[in-house]
Amino acid sequence: MADMRVCIADVYMKNPVITASGTFGFGREYNEIYPIGCLGGISCKGTTLNEKSGNEPPRIIETHSGMLNSVGLQNPGVDHFLKEDLPWLKSQDVAVILNVAGSTVEEYCKIAQKVSDSDIDIIELNISCPNVKEGGVAFGTSANSVESITQQVKMHTKKPVMVKLSPNVTDIAEMARAAQSGGADAISLINTITGMRIDINTKRPFLKNNIGGLSGRAVFPVALRMVWQAANAVSVPVVGMGGIATAQDAIEMMLAGASAVQVGTANFTDAYAPVKIIQGIEKYLDDNGVCDVNDIVGQVKIW
Amino acid sequence: MSYIQQKALIVKKEELAQGIFRYTLKNSELVSLSRAGQFVHILCGEKTLRRPISICSIDKENGVFDIVFSAKGEGTHWMSGQNKGDEYDVLGPLGNGFDTDIKGRVLLIGGGIGVPPMLCVASEILAPCDAILGFGSKDAVILEKDFKAVCSNVHITTDDGSFGRKGLVTDLLSEIADRQKYSVIYACGPAPMLKAVAMIAEKNKIKCCVSLEERMGCGVGACLVCACKTKHGNIEQFSHVCKDGPVFNAQEVVW
Repeated sequence: MADMRVCIADVYMKNPVITASGTFGFGREYNEIYPIGCLGGISCKGTTLNEKSGNEPPRIIETHSGMLNSVGLQNPGVDHFLKEDLPWLKSQDVAVILNVAGSTVEEYCKIAQKVSDSDIDIIELNISCPNVKEGGVAFGTSANSVESITQQVKMHTKKPVMVKLSPNVTDIAEMARAAQSGGADAISLINTITGMRIDINTKRPFLKNNIGGLSGRAVFPVALRMVWQAANAVSVPVVGMGGIATAQDAIEMMLAGASAVQVGTANFTDAYAPVKIIQGIEKYLDDNGVCDVNDIVGQVKIW
Repeated sequence: MSYIQQKALIVKKEELAQGIFRYTLKNSELVSLSRAGQFVHILCGEKTLRRPISICSIDKENGVFDIVFSAKGEGTHWMSGQNKGDEYDVLGPLGNGFDTDIKGRVLLIGGGIGVPPMLCVASEILAPCDAILGFGSKDAVILEKDFKAVCSNVHITTDDGSFGRKGLVTDLLSEIADRQKYSVIYACGPAPMLKAVAMIAEKNKIKCCVSLEERMGCGVGACLVCACKTKHGNIEQFSHVCKDGPVFNAQEVVW
Protein backbone atom coordinates (compact mmCIF):
# COMPACT_ATOMS: atom_id res chain seq x y z
CA MET A 1 0.00 0.00 0.00
CA ALA A 2 1.28 3.39 -1.01
CA ASP A 3 1.95 6.08 1.58
CA MET A 4 -0.95 8.55 1.29
CA ARG A 5 0.27 11.07 3.86
CA VAL A 6 0.80 14.66 2.77
CA CYS A 7 2.07 17.74 4.52
CA ILE A 8 0.54 21.13 3.74
CA ALA A 9 1.94 24.20 5.49
CA ASP A 10 3.60 21.99 8.14
CA VAL A 11 0.32 20.21 8.86
CA TYR A 12 0.27 16.46 8.33
CA MET A 13 -2.83 14.87 6.82
CA LYS A 14 -3.46 11.13 6.50
CA ASN A 15 -4.31 11.55 2.81
CA PRO A 16 -4.57 14.39 0.28
CA VAL A 17 -8.39 14.56 0.18
CA ILE A 18 -10.07 17.49 1.92
CA THR A 19 -13.76 18.39 1.76
CA ALA A 20 -14.31 21.88 0.39
CA SER A 21 -15.71 24.82 2.30
CA GLY A 22 -19.44 25.47 2.02
CA THR A 23 -20.31 21.97 0.91
CA PHE A 24 -19.64 20.06 4.11
CA GLY A 25 -20.80 22.32 6.96
CA PHE A 26 -18.64 21.57 9.99
CA GLY A 27 -18.64 17.85 9.27
CA ARG A 28 -21.45 16.60 11.49
CA GLU A 29 -24.05 15.96 8.77
CA TYR A 30 -21.78 13.72 6.70
CA ASN A 31 -20.42 11.97 9.78
CA GLU A 32 -23.90 10.39 9.97
CA ILE A 33 -23.10 8.62 6.70
CA TYR A 34 -19.42 7.69 7.15
CA PRO A 35 -16.76 8.47 9.79
CA ILE A 36 -15.20 11.74 8.64
CA GLY A 37 -11.96 10.75 10.36
CA CYS A 38 -11.06 8.91 7.15
CA LEU A 39 -10.60 12.25 5.37
CA GLY A 40 -7.32 14.10 5.12
CA GLY A 41 -8.96 17.32 6.20
CA ILE A 42 -12.11 19.36 6.35
CA SER A 43 -12.34 22.93 5.18
CA CYS A 44 -15.15 24.33 7.30
CA LYS A 45 -17.99 26.54 6.17
CA GLY A 46 -16.80 30.13 5.50
CA THR A 47 -16.77 31.79 8.90
CA THR A 48 -17.04 35.49 9.68
CA LEU A 49 -16.43 37.50 12.86
CA ASN A 50 -20.14 37.78 13.62
CA GLU A 51 -23.06 35.56 12.67
CA LYS A 52 -24.20 36.13 9.08
CA SER A 53 -27.68 35.33 7.76
CA GLY A 54 -26.82 34.97 4.07
CA ASN A 55 -28.77 35.84 0.93
CA GLU A 56 -32.48 35.56 0.16
CA PRO A 57 -33.53 32.25 -1.47
CA PRO A 58 -33.57 30.74 -4.05
CA ARG A 59 -29.86 30.21 -3.50
CA ILE A 60 -29.25 27.32 -5.87
CA ILE A 61 -29.96 26.29 -9.45
CA GLU A 62 -28.63 23.30 -11.33
CA THR A 63 -26.71 23.88 -14.57
CA HIS A 64 -25.32 21.47 -17.15
CA SER A 65 -22.85 19.31 -15.20
CA GLY A 66 -22.87 21.71 -12.29
CA MET A 67 -24.73 24.22 -10.21
CA LEU A 68 -24.84 27.87 -9.23
CA ASN A 69 -25.11 28.95 -5.60
CA SER A 70 -25.57 32.26 -3.86
CA VAL A 71 -25.61 31.30 -0.18
CA GLY A 72 -23.75 34.46 0.80
CA LEU A 73 -21.66 33.10 3.67
CA GLN A 74 -24.45 32.22 6.10
CA ASN A 75 -22.63 31.08 9.24
CA PRO A 76 -22.90 31.27 13.04
CA GLY A 77 -19.74 33.34 13.56
CA VAL A 78 -16.25 32.47 14.77
CA ASP A 79 -17.04 32.36 18.52
CA HIS A 80 -19.78 29.81 17.94
CA PHE A 81 -17.37 27.76 15.80
CA LEU A 82 -14.67 27.76 18.47
CA LYS A 83 -17.09 26.77 21.23
CA GLU A 84 -19.53 24.41 19.52
CA ASP A 85 -17.82 22.90 16.48
CA LEU A 86 -14.07 22.87 16.91
CA PRO A 87 -13.84 20.58 19.98
CA TRP A 88 -16.02 17.99 18.25
CA LEU A 89 -14.12 18.27 14.95
CA LYS A 90 -10.75 17.82 16.68
CA SER A 91 -12.03 14.68 18.36
CA GLN A 92 -12.65 13.17 14.90
CA ASP A 93 -8.92 13.01 14.15
CA VAL A 94 -9.01 15.09 10.98
CA ALA A 95 -7.09 18.21 9.96
CA VAL A 96 -9.30 21.25 10.55
CA ILE A 97 -9.04 24.08 8.05
CA LEU A 98 -11.05 27.16 8.98
CA ASN A 99 -12.25 29.07 5.94
CA VAL A 100 -12.30 32.72 7.02
CA ALA A 101 -14.18 35.58 5.36
CA GLY A 102 -14.79 39.21 6.15
CA SER A 103 -15.87 42.54 4.76
CA THR A 104 -12.85 44.53 5.94
CA VAL A 105 -9.16 43.74 6.39
CA GLU A 106 -9.60 44.37 10.11
CA GLU A 107 -12.30 41.73 10.30
CA TYR A 108 -10.05 39.11 8.67
CA CYS A 109 -7.26 40.06 11.08
CA LYS A 110 -9.53 39.85 14.13
CA ILE A 111 -10.66 36.32 13.26
CA ALA A 112 -7.08 35.28 12.53
CA GLN A 113 -6.11 36.56 15.96
CA LYS A 114 -9.05 34.85 17.67
CA VAL A 115 -8.10 31.45 16.27
CA SER A 116 -4.37 31.96 16.73
CA ASP A 117 -4.22 29.92 19.94
CA SER A 118 -7.06 27.54 19.05
CA ASP A 119 -6.80 23.94 17.88
CA ILE A 120 -7.47 24.67 14.21
CA ASP A 121 -4.71 23.54 11.87
CA ILE A 122 -4.85 26.00 8.98
CA ILE A 123 -6.61 29.26 8.13
CA GLU A 124 -7.99 29.27 4.61
CA LEU A 125 -8.23 32.94 3.67
CA ASN A 126 -11.40 33.28 1.62
CA ILE A 127 -10.81 36.33 -0.54
CA SER A 128 -12.79 34.83 -3.38
CA CYS A 129 -16.43 34.51 -2.33
CA PRO A 130 -18.47 35.91 -5.22
CA ASN A 131 -21.75 36.06 -3.28
CA VAL A 132 -21.31 38.91 -0.82
CA LYS A 133 -21.52 42.58 -1.65
CA GLU A 134 -18.66 43.72 0.56
CA GLY A 135 -15.33 42.04 0.97
CA GLY A 136 -14.82 38.51 -0.23
CA VAL A 137 -13.77 38.59 -3.83
CA ALA A 138 -13.09 42.33 -3.69
CA PHE A 139 -9.81 41.46 -1.93
CA GLY A 140 -9.02 38.65 -4.30
CA THR A 141 -9.04 40.27 -7.70
CA SER A 142 -6.05 42.62 -7.56
CA ALA A 143 -2.52 41.45 -6.90
CA ASN A 144 -1.80 44.36 -4.56
CA SER A 145 -4.73 43.64 -2.29
CA VAL A 146 -4.04 39.88 -2.29
CA GLU A 147 -0.50 40.52 -1.12
CA SER A 148 -1.49 43.15 1.39
CA ILE A 149 -4.33 41.22 3.07
CA THR A 150 -2.19 38.07 3.24
CA GLN A 151 0.61 40.05 4.89
CA GLN A 152 -1.68 41.64 7.46
CA VAL A 153 -3.47 38.43 8.37
CA LYS A 154 -0.11 36.68 8.78
CA MET A 155 0.95 39.38 11.26
CA HIS A 156 -2.09 38.63 13.43
CA THR A 157 -1.85 34.86 13.73
CA LYS A 158 0.49 31.99 14.50
CA LYS A 159 -1.54 29.65 12.33
CA PRO A 160 -0.45 28.76 8.80
CA VAL A 161 -2.39 30.73 6.20
CA MET A 162 -3.63 29.20 2.94
CA VAL A 163 -4.97 31.81 0.53
CA LYS A 164 -8.00 30.69 -1.52
CA LEU A 165 -7.84 32.34 -4.91
CA SER A 166 -10.67 33.48 -7.16
CA PRO A 167 -10.80 32.22 -10.75
CA ASN A 168 -12.51 35.47 -11.76
CA VAL A 169 -9.21 37.14 -12.65
CA THR A 170 -7.19 37.72 -15.81
CA ASP A 171 -3.93 36.20 -14.64
CA ILE A 172 -4.11 33.52 -11.94
CA ALA A 173 -0.32 33.15 -11.77
CA GLU A 174 0.01 36.79 -10.78
CA MET A 175 -2.47 36.28 -7.90
CA ALA A 176 -0.66 33.15 -6.76
CA ARG A 177 2.67 35.01 -6.70
CA ALA A 178 1.04 37.91 -4.82
CA ALA A 179 -0.23 35.53 -2.12
CA GLN A 180 3.21 33.96 -1.84
CA SER A 181 4.98 37.31 -1.50
CA GLY A 182 2.43 38.27 1.15
CA GLY A 183 3.68 35.29 3.16
CA ALA A 184 1.07 32.65 2.33
CA ASP A 185 2.04 29.18 3.58
CA ALA A 186 -0.07 27.57 0.85
CA ILE A 187 -2.63 28.53 -1.73
CA SER A 188 -5.87 26.86 -2.69
CA LEU A 189 -7.91 27.29 -5.85
CA ILE A 190 -10.36 27.64 -7.46
CA ASN A 191 -13.36 29.20 -5.76
CA THR A 192 -16.51 29.27 -7.90
CA ILE A 193 -16.70 31.01 -11.27
CA THR A 194 -19.28 33.78 -11.37
CA GLY A 195 -22.32 32.75 -13.41
CA MET A 196 -26.01 33.29 -14.08
CA ARG A 197 -29.17 31.55 -15.35
CA ILE A 198 -32.55 33.02 -16.28
CA ASP A 199 -36.03 31.46 -16.14
CA ILE A 200 -37.41 32.24 -19.61
CA ASN A 201 -41.02 32.06 -18.43
CA THR A 202 -40.74 34.62 -15.65
CA LYS A 203 -37.73 36.40 -17.20
CA ARG A 204 -36.25 36.38 -13.69
CA PRO A 205 -32.81 35.05 -12.84
CA PHE A 206 -33.20 31.72 -11.00
CA LEU A 207 -31.13 33.04 -8.13
CA LYS A 208 -32.58 35.82 -5.98
CA ASN A 209 -29.07 37.28 -5.91
CA ASN A 210 -29.25 37.32 -9.75
CA ILE A 211 -25.75 35.88 -10.05
CA GLY A 212 -23.93 33.15 -8.20
CA GLY A 213 -20.90 30.89 -8.18
CA LEU A 214 -20.60 28.02 -10.65
CA SER A 215 -19.23 24.73 -9.33
CA GLY A 216 -19.33 21.05 -10.22
CA ARG A 217 -17.87 19.00 -13.03
CA ALA A 218 -18.42 21.77 -15.60
CA VAL A 219 -15.61 23.85 -14.05
CA PHE A 220 -13.02 21.06 -13.78
CA PRO A 221 -10.96 21.78 -16.93
CA VAL A 222 -10.80 25.49 -16.06
CA ALA A 223 -9.77 24.67 -12.49
CA LEU A 224 -7.14 22.18 -13.66
CA ARG A 225 -5.59 24.74 -16.02
CA MET A 226 -5.49 27.37 -13.26
CA VAL A 227 -4.00 24.98 -10.70
CA TRP A 228 -1.30 24.06 -13.22
CA GLN A 229 -0.50 27.73 -13.91
CA ALA A 230 -0.53 28.63 -10.21
CA ALA A 231 1.63 25.66 -9.23
CA ASN A 232 4.20 26.70 -11.84
CA ALA A 233 4.24 30.23 -10.44
CA VAL A 234 4.89 29.53 -6.74
CA SER A 235 6.98 27.30 -4.51
CA VAL A 236 4.44 26.96 -1.65
CA PRO A 237 2.05 23.97 -1.73
CA VAL A 238 -1.04 24.31 -3.91
CA VAL A 239 -4.35 22.70 -2.96
CA GLY A 240 -6.42 22.09 -6.08
CA MET A 241 -10.18 22.10 -6.33
CA GLY A 242 -12.98 22.81 -8.77
CA GLY A 243 -15.26 20.08 -10.08
CA ILE A 244 -13.34 17.11 -8.70
CA ALA A 245 -15.76 14.17 -8.61
CA THR A 246 -13.61 11.09 -9.20
CA ALA A 247 -10.16 9.75 -8.34
CA GLN A 248 -9.14 10.40 -11.94
CA ASP A 249 -9.99 14.11 -11.51
CA ALA A 250 -8.02 14.22 -8.24
CA ILE A 251 -5.00 12.51 -9.82
CA GLU A 252 -5.10 14.95 -12.76
CA MET A 253 -5.05 17.83 -10.26
CA MET A 254 -2.07 16.33 -8.45
CA LEU A 255 -0.20 15.69 -11.71
CA ALA A 256 -0.85 19.36 -12.58
CA GLY A 257 0.89 20.36 -9.34
CA ALA A 258 -1.62 20.14 -6.50
CA SER A 259 -0.19 18.70 -3.27
CA ALA A 260 -3.71 17.96 -2.06
CA VAL A 261 -7.24 18.34 -3.39
CA GLN A 262 -10.59 19.52 -2.14
CA VAL A 263 -13.90 17.90 -3.03
CA GLY A 264 -17.01 20.08 -2.94
CA THR A 265 -20.09 19.81 -5.12
CA ALA A 266 -19.48 16.08 -5.65
CA ASN A 267 -20.60 15.57 -2.04
CA PHE A 268 -24.13 16.55 -3.08
CA THR A 269 -24.23 14.03 -5.91
CA ASP A 270 -22.63 11.21 -3.93
CA ALA A 271 -22.02 11.56 -0.21
CA TYR A 272 -19.31 8.90 -0.50
CA ALA A 273 -17.40 10.78 -3.24
CA PRO A 274 -14.42 11.76 -1.00
CA VAL A 275 -14.11 8.19 0.30
CA LYS A 276 -14.18 6.75 -3.22
CA ILE A 277 -11.59 9.30 -4.34
CA ILE A 278 -9.22 8.31 -1.51
CA GLN A 279 -9.61 4.63 -2.45
CA GLY A 280 -9.18 5.41 -6.15
CA ILE A 281 -5.96 7.36 -5.61
CA GLU A 282 -4.56 4.48 -3.52
CA LYS A 283 -5.41 2.01 -6.27
CA TYR A 284 -3.80 4.18 -8.95
CA LEU A 285 -0.60 4.45 -6.91
CA ASP A 286 -0.50 0.69 -6.27
CA ASP A 287 -1.30 -0.15 -9.90
CA ASN A 288 1.51 2.12 -11.06
CA GLY A 289 4.04 1.02 -8.45
CA VAL A 290 4.21 4.46 -6.82
CA CYS A 291 5.08 4.21 -3.11
CA ASP A 292 4.32 7.75 -2.05
CA VAL A 293 1.43 9.96 -3.17
CA ASN A 294 3.71 13.00 -3.07
CA ASP A 295 5.67 11.48 -5.95
CA ILE A 296 2.90 12.22 -8.46
CA VAL A 297 2.62 15.93 -7.60
CA GLY A 298 3.50 18.07 -10.63
CA GLN A 299 4.50 15.04 -12.73
CA VAL A 300 2.47 16.04 -15.80
CA LYS A 301 4.64 15.61 -18.91
CA ILE A 302 3.97 18.80 -20.80
CA TRP A 303 4.24 18.61 -24.59
CA MET B 1 -31.17 12.26 12.99
CA SER B 2 -30.17 9.18 11.12
CA TYR B 3 -29.94 8.53 7.43
CA ILE B 4 -28.13 6.38 4.89
CA GLN B 5 -27.15 6.49 1.23
CA GLN B 6 -27.95 3.19 -0.43
CA LYS B 7 -29.57 1.56 -3.43
CA ALA B 8 -33.31 0.92 -3.32
CA LEU B 9 -34.84 -1.64 -5.66
CA ILE B 10 -37.90 -0.58 -7.66
CA VAL B 11 -40.49 -3.28 -6.98
CA LYS B 12 -43.53 -1.53 -8.48
CA LYS B 13 -44.20 1.36 -10.83
CA GLU B 14 -47.61 2.86 -11.53
CA GLU B 15 -48.72 5.98 -13.41
CA LEU B 16 -51.46 7.43 -11.19
CA ALA B 17 -52.36 10.29 -13.52
CA GLN B 18 -50.76 11.83 -16.60
CA GLY B 19 -47.09 12.28 -15.67
CA ILE B 20 -47.60 11.43 -11.99
CA PHE B 21 -45.88 8.26 -10.88
CA ARG B 22 -46.03 6.06 -7.82
CA TYR B 23 -42.98 3.90 -7.19
CA THR B 24 -42.61 1.24 -4.52
CA LEU B 25 -38.98 0.94 -3.39
CA LYS B 26 -37.37 -1.75 -1.28
CA ASN B 27 -34.73 -0.96 1.33
CA SER B 28 -35.55 -2.25 4.78
CA GLU B 29 -32.82 -0.28 6.55
CA LEU B 30 -34.09 3.00 5.16
CA VAL B 31 -37.68 2.05 5.90
CA SER B 32 -36.82 1.20 9.51
CA LEU B 33 -35.56 4.77 9.99
CA SER B 34 -38.44 6.54 8.24
CA ARG B 35 -41.42 8.42 9.56
CA ALA B 36 -44.26 10.46 8.07
CA GLY B 37 -43.30 13.80 6.53
CA GLN B 38 -39.71 12.86 5.76
CA PHE B 39 -38.25 12.77 2.28
CA VAL B 40 -35.63 10.91 0.28
CA HIS B 41 -33.01 12.50 -1.99
CA ILE B 42 -32.73 10.58 -5.26
CA LEU B 43 -29.80 10.55 -7.66
CA CYS B 44 -31.02 11.18 -11.22
CA GLY B 45 -28.62 9.67 -13.76
CA GLU B 46 -25.85 12.12 -14.57
CA LYS B 47 -27.47 15.10 -12.84
CA THR B 48 -25.32 16.97 -10.31
CA LEU B 49 -28.15 17.47 -7.82
CA ARG B 50 -30.41 14.84 -6.30
CA ARG B 51 -34.17 15.37 -6.28
CA PRO B 52 -35.99 15.54 -2.93
CA ILE B 53 -39.18 13.45 -2.98
CA SER B 54 -41.57 13.01 -0.03
CA ILE B 55 -42.30 9.59 1.34
CA CYS B 56 -45.92 8.64 0.60
CA SER B 57 -46.18 5.40 2.55
CA ILE B 58 -44.06 3.25 4.80
CA ASP B 59 -44.45 -0.54 5.07
CA LYS B 60 -42.05 -1.63 7.83
CA GLU B 61 -43.14 -5.26 7.67
CA ASN B 62 -42.12 -5.67 4.03
CA GLY B 63 -39.28 -3.14 4.11
CA VAL B 64 -40.80 -1.06 1.30
CA PHE B 65 -41.84 2.56 0.93
CA ASP B 66 -43.68 4.50 -1.74
CA ILE B 67 -42.89 7.81 -3.37
CA VAL B 68 -45.12 9.79 -5.72
CA PHE B 69 -43.71 12.44 -8.02
CA SER B 70 -44.64 14.51 -11.02
CA ALA B 71 -42.27 14.04 -13.98
CA LYS B 72 -41.93 17.64 -15.05
CA GLY B 73 -38.20 18.42 -15.08
CA GLU B 74 -35.10 16.66 -16.37
CA GLY B 75 -34.41 14.89 -13.09
CA THR B 76 -37.92 13.57 -12.50
CA HIS B 77 -38.18 12.58 -16.19
CA TRP B 78 -35.09 10.45 -15.71
CA MET B 79 -36.69 8.94 -12.61
CA SER B 80 -39.89 8.10 -14.49
CA GLY B 81 -37.81 6.28 -17.11
CA GLN B 82 -36.68 3.72 -14.52
CA ASN B 83 -38.64 0.50 -14.28
CA LYS B 84 -39.37 -2.43 -11.99
CA GLY B 85 -36.09 -4.25 -11.31
CA ASP B 86 -33.98 -1.08 -11.67
CA GLU B 87 -32.49 0.68 -8.66
CA TYR B 88 -32.47 4.23 -7.41
CA ASP B 89 -29.54 5.60 -5.40
CA VAL B 90 -31.33 7.02 -2.38
CA LEU B 91 -30.14 9.27 0.45
CA GLY B 92 -32.55 9.32 3.36
CA PRO B 93 -34.75 9.42 5.23
CA LEU B 94 -34.20 13.17 5.61
CA GLY B 95 -35.90 16.00 7.45
CA ASN B 96 -37.88 16.15 10.67
CA GLY B 97 -41.32 14.80 9.68
CA PHE B 98 -44.73 15.36 11.26
CA ASP B 99 -45.48 14.62 14.90
CA THR B 100 -47.89 11.68 14.72
CA ASP B 101 -48.46 11.42 18.48
CA ILE B 102 -51.63 13.52 18.50
CA LYS B 103 -54.68 13.43 20.76
CA GLY B 104 -57.93 14.60 19.22
CA ARG B 105 -58.93 14.98 15.59
CA VAL B 106 -56.49 15.80 12.80
CA LEU B 107 -57.19 17.64 9.56
CA LEU B 108 -54.85 16.90 6.66
CA ILE B 109 -54.69 19.26 3.71
CA GLY B 110 -52.85 18.49 0.50
CA GLY B 111 -52.60 20.44 -2.73
CA GLY B 112 -51.44 18.83 -6.00
CA ILE B 113 -48.13 17.01 -5.58
CA GLY B 114 -48.35 18.00 -1.88
CA VAL B 115 -51.08 15.36 -1.46
CA PRO B 116 -48.89 12.18 -1.31
CA PRO B 117 -46.94 12.98 1.90
CA MET B 118 -50.24 13.55 3.73
CA LEU B 119 -51.22 9.94 3.00
CA CYS B 120 -48.22 8.82 5.01
CA VAL B 121 -49.35 10.98 7.94
CA ALA B 122 -52.89 9.59 7.71
CA SER B 123 -51.56 6.02 7.81
CA GLU B 124 -49.07 6.55 10.64
CA ILE B 125 -51.28 8.60 12.92
CA LEU B 126 -53.56 6.86 15.44
CA ALA B 127 -55.91 9.80 15.95
CA PRO B 128 -58.95 10.12 13.64
CA CYS B 129 -58.18 12.07 10.46
CA ASP B 130 -60.13 14.03 7.89
CA ALA B 131 -58.58 15.15 4.63
CA ILE B 132 -59.10 17.95 2.14
CA LEU B 133 -57.29 17.27 -1.11
CA GLY B 134 -57.06 19.83 -3.89
CA PHE B 135 -56.22 19.23 -7.55
CA GLY B 136 -56.28 21.17 -10.81
CA SER B 137 -58.86 18.99 -12.50
CA LYS B 138 -60.37 15.49 -12.53
CA ASP B 139 -57.42 14.14 -14.58
CA ALA B 140 -55.00 15.06 -11.83
CA VAL B 141 -56.87 13.48 -8.92
CA ILE B 142 -54.70 10.84 -7.23
CA LEU B 143 -54.76 8.59 -4.16
CA GLU B 144 -58.46 9.14 -3.41
CA LYS B 145 -59.06 5.48 -2.52
CA ASP B 146 -55.92 5.32 -0.39
CA PHE B 147 -57.05 8.30 1.66
CA LYS B 148 -60.56 6.91 2.03
CA ALA B 149 -59.07 3.74 3.52
CA VAL B 150 -57.36 5.62 6.36
CA CYS B 151 -59.39 8.83 6.87
CA SER B 152 -62.90 9.29 8.28
CA ASN B 153 -63.87 11.98 5.79
CA VAL B 154 -62.15 12.80 2.50
CA HIS B 155 -63.10 16.00 0.68
CA ILE B 156 -61.84 16.68 -2.82
CA THR B 157 -61.72 19.99 -4.60
CA THR B 158 -60.71 20.80 -8.17
CA ASP B 159 -59.90 24.23 -9.56
CA ASP B 160 -62.24 23.73 -12.53
CA GLY B 161 -64.97 21.79 -10.73
CA SER B 162 -64.54 18.72 -12.95
CA PHE B 163 -64.41 16.51 -9.84
CA GLY B 164 -65.51 16.98 -6.24
CA ARG B 165 -66.15 20.51 -5.18
CA LYS B 166 -65.16 23.44 -7.42
CA GLY B 167 -62.69 25.80 -5.81
CA LEU B 168 -59.71 25.77 -3.51
CA VAL B 169 -59.00 23.64 -0.45
CA THR B 170 -59.13 26.80 1.63
CA ASP B 171 -62.77 27.48 0.63
CA LEU B 172 -63.73 24.16 2.16
CA LEU B 173 -61.38 24.57 5.10
CA SER B 174 -63.12 27.74 6.26
CA GLU B 175 -66.45 25.91 6.38
CA ILE B 176 -65.17 22.73 8.01
CA ALA B 177 -63.07 24.51 10.61
CA ASP B 178 -66.25 26.20 11.84
CA ARG B 179 -68.17 22.92 12.18
CA GLN B 180 -65.61 20.49 13.50
CA LYS B 181 -63.09 20.80 16.30
CA TYR B 182 -59.53 19.86 15.27
CA SER B 183 -56.43 19.50 17.46
CA VAL B 184 -54.10 20.16 14.58
CA ILE B 185 -53.99 20.90 10.85
CA TYR B 186 -51.18 19.42 8.78
CA ALA B 187 -50.67 20.73 5.25
CA CYS B 188 -48.45 20.29 2.23
CA GLY B 189 -48.78 22.02 -1.14
CA PRO B 190 -47.93 25.22 -2.99
CA ALA B 191 -46.76 28.13 -0.80
CA PRO B 192 -49.82 30.38 -1.43
CA MET B 193 -52.07 27.51 -0.34
CA LEU B 194 -50.01 26.90 2.80
CA LYS B 195 -50.06 30.57 3.68
CA ALA B 196 -53.86 30.71 3.30
CA VAL B 197 -54.25 27.52 5.37
CA ALA B 198 -52.00 28.96 8.08
CA MET B 199 -54.08 32.15 8.28
CA ILE B 200 -57.37 30.28 8.58
CA ALA B 201 -55.86 28.00 11.24
CA GLU B 202 -54.63 30.98 13.21
CA LYS B 203 -58.03 32.67 12.98
CA ASN B 204 -59.68 29.52 14.32
CA LYS B 205 -56.94 29.01 16.94
CA ILE B 206 -55.96 25.60 15.59
CA LYS B 207 -52.34 24.48 15.72
CA CYS B 208 -50.97 24.17 12.17
CA CYS B 209 -47.82 22.60 10.73
CA VAL B 210 -46.82 22.95 7.09
CA SER B 211 -44.34 21.08 4.92
CA LEU B 212 -42.29 23.56 2.89
CA GLU B 213 -40.40 23.24 -0.35
CA GLU B 214 -37.27 25.04 -1.54
CA ARG B 215 -34.61 24.29 -4.14
CA MET B 216 -32.23 21.94 -2.39
CA GLY B 217 -28.55 20.99 -2.52
CA CYS B 218 -27.05 18.47 -0.10
CA GLY B 219 -30.33 17.53 1.63
CA VAL B 220 -28.64 17.00 5.00
CA GLY B 221 -28.09 20.54 6.30
CA ALA B 222 -24.50 21.12 5.22
CA CYS B 223 -24.75 23.47 2.24
CA LEU B 224 -27.42 25.89 3.50
CA VAL B 225 -28.98 26.64 0.11
CA CYS B 226 -32.60 25.65 0.92
CA ALA B 227 -33.17 28.67 3.14
CA CYS B 228 -36.61 29.73 4.33
CA LYS B 229 -37.34 32.65 6.63
CA THR B 230 -38.66 31.78 10.07
CA LYS B 231 -39.31 33.84 13.20
CA HIS B 232 -38.68 32.95 16.80
CA GLY B 233 -40.25 35.62 18.96
CA ASN B 234 -39.34 38.81 17.14
CA ILE B 235 -36.15 37.48 15.67
CA GLU B 236 -36.23 36.49 12.01
CA GLN B 237 -33.66 34.08 10.65
CA PHE B 238 -33.03 31.72 7.75
CA SER B 239 -33.81 28.12 8.64
CA HIS B 240 -33.19 25.29 6.22
CA VAL B 241 -35.93 23.17 4.73
CA CYS B 242 -33.87 19.98 4.54
CA LYS B 243 -32.69 19.81 8.15
CA ASP B 244 -34.86 22.17 10.24
CA GLY B 245 -37.91 21.14 8.16
CA PRO B 246 -39.47 20.34 5.83
CA VAL B 247 -42.20 20.52 8.51
CA PHE B 248 -42.47 23.84 10.33
CA ASN B 249 -44.91 25.21 12.85
CA ALA B 250 -46.93 27.56 10.61
CA GLN B 251 -46.66 30.39 13.14
CA GLU B 252 -42.88 30.36 12.79
CA VAL B 253 -42.92 30.75 9.02
CA VAL B 254 -42.38 34.22 7.55
CA TRP B 255 -44.56 34.08 4.43
